[in-house]
Amino acid sequence: MTDTATGTAPSRTTATRAMPSALKLGLSRGMVETKMFFREKDAVVFTFAFPIILLMLFGSIFAGPLEGSGVTVSQLYTAGLIGAGVMGAGFQSLGIGIAGDRDDGTLKRLAGTPMPRSAYFIGKIINVLVIAFLEVVILLAIGVLMYDLDLPGQVSSWVTFAWVFVLGVTAAALLGTAVSSLPRSAKSAAAVISMPFVVLQFISGVFIPFTQMPEWLINIASVFPLKWMCQGFRAVFLGDGGAMLELTKSYELDRVALVLGAWVIGGLVLCLTTFRWKGRRDG
Amino acid sequence: MTNAIQVRGLTKRYGDVQAVKGIDLDIRRGEVFAFLGPNGAGKSTTVEILEGYRKRDAGEVSVLGVDPGRPTREWRSRIGIVLQTANDAAELSVRETVRHFAGYYPNPRDPDEAIAAVGLTESANKRVRQLSGGQRRRVDVALGVLGNPELIFLDEPTTGFDPEARRQFWELIEGLAHTGSTIVLTTHYLDEAEALANRVAVIAGGQIVAEGEPATLGGRATAKAHVIWDEGSVETDTPTKTVLELSRRYDGEVPGLAVTRPTLEDIYLKLIEAPRD
Repeated sequence: MTDTATGTAPSRTTATRAMPSALKLGLSRGMVETKMFFREKDAVVFTFAFPIILLMLFGSIFAGPLEGSGVTVSQLYTAGLIGAGVMGAGFQSLGIGIAGDRDDGTLKRLAGTPMPRSAYFIGKIINVLVIAFLEVVILLAIGVLMYDLDLPGQVSSWVTFAWVFVLGVTAAALLGTAVSSLPRSAKSAAAVISMPFVVLQFISGVFIPFTQMPEWLINIASVFPLKWMCQGFRAVFLGDGGAMLELTKSYELDRVALVLGAWVIGGLVLCLTTFRWKGRRDG
Repeated sequence: MTNAIQVRGLTKRYGDVQAVKGIDLDIRRGEVFAFLGPNGAGKSTTVEILEGYRKRDAGEVSVLGVDPGRPTREWRSRIGIVLQTANDAAELSVRETVRHFAGYYPNPRDPDEAIAAVGLTESANKRVRQLSGGQRRRVDVALGVLGNPELIFLDEPTTGFDPEARRQFWELIEGLAHTGSTIVLTTHYLDEAEALANRVAVIAGGQIVAEGEPATLGGRATAKAHVIWDEGSVETDTPTKTVLELSRRYDGEVPGLAVTRPTLEDIYLKLIEAPRD
């Protein structure tokens, strides 16, 4: 064999054909990621059941109206757990998922193919959006059917919902991506990533109203996106009556947008500077 | 351009450890080339630099005419990497996995044809999770050859295989070599290198300590033969003469007669011992 390049693979002569676009491959990855997610039954149950069980638990224990607001405690929890559910899909399951991808060779394999690296992240975002959207639909259905939650009638509330959801999912997903580099292995990822998330839920007003918390804890929670995401969802689902339950007697939607927007930018910077395509074992 | 891979003065250091200490290497197009060496000898580091996974400290490296330190998508589409430890995509079926990966390449092979080429047609609808270790490695190979690569890297492809699976896998690799692709493999198994490779390089202590055809590696072809019989043994350059003398002495059959040359393993063990002193 003197000229092996002309061997048995005729397609090599047409190597000038264009590379598949990052967007197309991102969509393809999104489909594959979503398929894999729903086939892994434990992860599906863990992701969806956690906020649902908590909502039903808290909704049953703390029934009854909150004084003077026309809002019931279970309605408050519905809004809060929607925030926690969105954050869970973005931060927790994505963070653990990427740590797993790093550990099981997914990232290394992908890095060795001509797939543009952005396609991986587009795929993850699609996956997170699907999970978060389903989570919200399920929690809302439970809220409406069991806890007399009224879905907002005005378009403006749904516009608010849309931007809080998009900004919140994005910020959570970027933070989840960044935090995925922390655990040393996939085995430790669940613990390393879930622990701060649980703490954050307790101090961000998901379970315990802010009015019952010390100021220093409120200050810590105010740094992170979950508090603001929940506040945004309360604005959508509890309406004007619930505003008086807020610390400042207002939902402060402008600040919600500002803080979530800042986390999107900060999270992006964090991802770009810390993301590892290799596991720690790989050096 | 006749060389698929050209390396001059390659070095790489991790902290205090000089993993690669100046490697020169030429791998011709169409060749099956094997890297042999103990763990931690710099074998994986060298290959990962060639694959574009790792940055080098110094030296000139060209893989298919491109510097792997600056990998492009176009270049990646021309090489295929068969990983050693991948355990991913467990929840997808073989066909789903191969079809998905085919989408990454500008001129992919037909996914079903690639599955057939690695002998997995009957398992194509099985989840990757349900496959045996050997079948799983076949999926890795199918993914590695999907883009019709000019150059294929195989990292310890048969580690953990039973003897029969290894033989079958060797046939698969021989088949790939017949398509004209250049193949670079790393292995711990000397018989594997001997069976598959046109040329072998032994890496020890971050350097290539020997390079050549398996049959002549490290002076194997010219080494002294060992003549052993029940009542003695002798190392000699002229074993035929020795045997004839013995035959005369015993008047016919020599009890327990054996004539051996050093195996590749003997040569290899001698080679990797030297730089450790």
